Amino acid sequence: MNVLLDNFSDFRAGFIGTLSITAFSTAIALVLGVIIAGFRVSPVPPLRFFGTAWVTLLRNTPLTLLFLVATFVVPLVFFPGMSSFVLASLALGFYTSSFVCEAIRSGINTVPLGQAEAARSLGMSFSQTLRLIVLPQATRTVIPPLSSIIIALTKNSAIAGAFNVVELFGWQKSLSDQGYAIVPIFIWVALGYLIITFAISGLFRLLERRMEVAR
Amino acid sequence: MSASVLYDAPGPKAVLRNRIYTVVGTVAVLALIVFAILRLKDKGQLEGAMWDIFNYSGIRQNIADAIVATLKAFGLAAIGSLVLGVVLVVGRLSDHRPVRWVATTFIELFRSIPLLITIYAIWVGFLPNDSMWALAIGLSVYNGCVQAEVLRAGINSVPTGQREAAYALGLNKTQVMTSVLMPQAVRAMLPTIISQLVVTLKDTSLGYIILYPELLQTARLIASNTQVNGDYPYVPTIIVIGTIYVAMCLMLAGLATWIEKRGRRAKTGIDVAPAAPLAPTDVSA
Repeated sequence: MNVLLDNFSDFRAGFIGTLSITAFSTAIALVLGVIIAGFRVSPVPPLRFFGTAWVTLLRNTPLTLLFLVATFVVPLVFFPGMSSFVLASLALGFYTSSFVCEAIRSGINTVPLGQAEAARSLGMSFSQTLRLIVLPQATRTVIPPLSSIIIALTKNSAIAGAFNVVELFGWQKSLSDQGYAIVPIFIWVALGYLIITFAISGLFRLLERRMEVAR
Repeated sequence: MSASVLYDAPGPKAVLRNRIYTVVGTVAVLALIVFAILRLKDKGQLEGAMWDIFNYSGIRQNIADAIVATLKAFGLAAIGSLVLGVVLVVGRLSDHRPVRWVATTFIELFRSIPLLITIYAIWVGFLPNDSMWALAIGLSVYNGCVQAEVLRAGINSVPTGQREAAYALGLNKTQVMTSVLMPQAVRAMLPTIISQLVVTLKDTSLGYIILYPELLQTARLIASNTQVNGDYPYVPTIIVIGTIYVAMCLMLAGLATWIEKRGRRAKTGIDVAPAAPLAPTDVSA
């Protein structure tokens, strides 16, 4: 208990850091994931190729390597002087976007072809089919995997702490460097992550129930 | 483009439009690649001397050692996680309530804590002088919990009639588990189990943070200790090491897909799981 009370302001900073890097990179991952999924299902071959390459490459690269690239290569070659928070969020967001893309793509694939054909035979236009028939069903099937992906993203954000971002792992690291016993620190850090991940899964369960439809 | 729920078979107008998009798309993708290459060239990362470092036998030896170190941690973690997975799933399905509780709590707890937090705590708290075992044990604990859940799904997918038939033949609980349920569960879940091993392999890179001399740690050391024309060869090193990682993961993932296809061909009546982790909860580092 003491270890938390003595260092509460740092813990709070770390907790908020984990929250903000999670929120920021979730936004990046969702936007990029939707765009890349659009590429992968488009009728344009080069875009499909780009999407496939993106997903294959990012899914088979360790996230730590991406953090390394973000920390050492991106400032050196492309954008000097970028803050480590933005760099880490980009690495995490890019990595997760490949999983988001695959979830969305398989969500679209679960909509039976007959649904779109039926919509067309009723005289619906392309945008009507997409808006009224395909996307609502795809969105519903995508919600559970998206929730798992975002929870995984929260857990993965711990690695950012090793690359100069203020968050919970950083708190664990700096306190153990100061010689505090590791077990109580571990318990508090774990609790911090559990709070965030439970909140996310609760939020998504609510969303799922709201959008539930009898099939 | 095969039939898709999003697009109709294209007519003449759509074919023309798609051609235009194809050209524009190609140009855009190429422009992005050319921009990146020019930028790298500007910063001197593409000069021959930068890449010459891989001709030194010392650096080659470093990389070979690092691959061995990575594979060593991976091998230990693979064995550890599979053994732990079997133990945990047996505990989780036990008839004794306390055993079930302990196993369930263990699985839920360590699955929801970031792997890095666990590895770091083991390293600092218990094995400060042995980062390899700290990494291997941490990976085993986390992935063992995931493998336990995979196996549980496999055991639940065996039709209940089989278990009942086995009990009716007079087999006891252990025999039912070891000779009826577990073999079928493993067979059905093999692709998923191997896919999770891909995740385990990628996660060995967390050894970087506890200073275990695996591939990533070695890459950083090579890049920051060699200076070519006043620059550090980060880009060449990361490209080389990244390629090694992607190749290793793709090989393992390819094995999973191959087993999945083979399993689908065999007509045993057991559904073979897809070669991707069940829920992407386990999209770990």
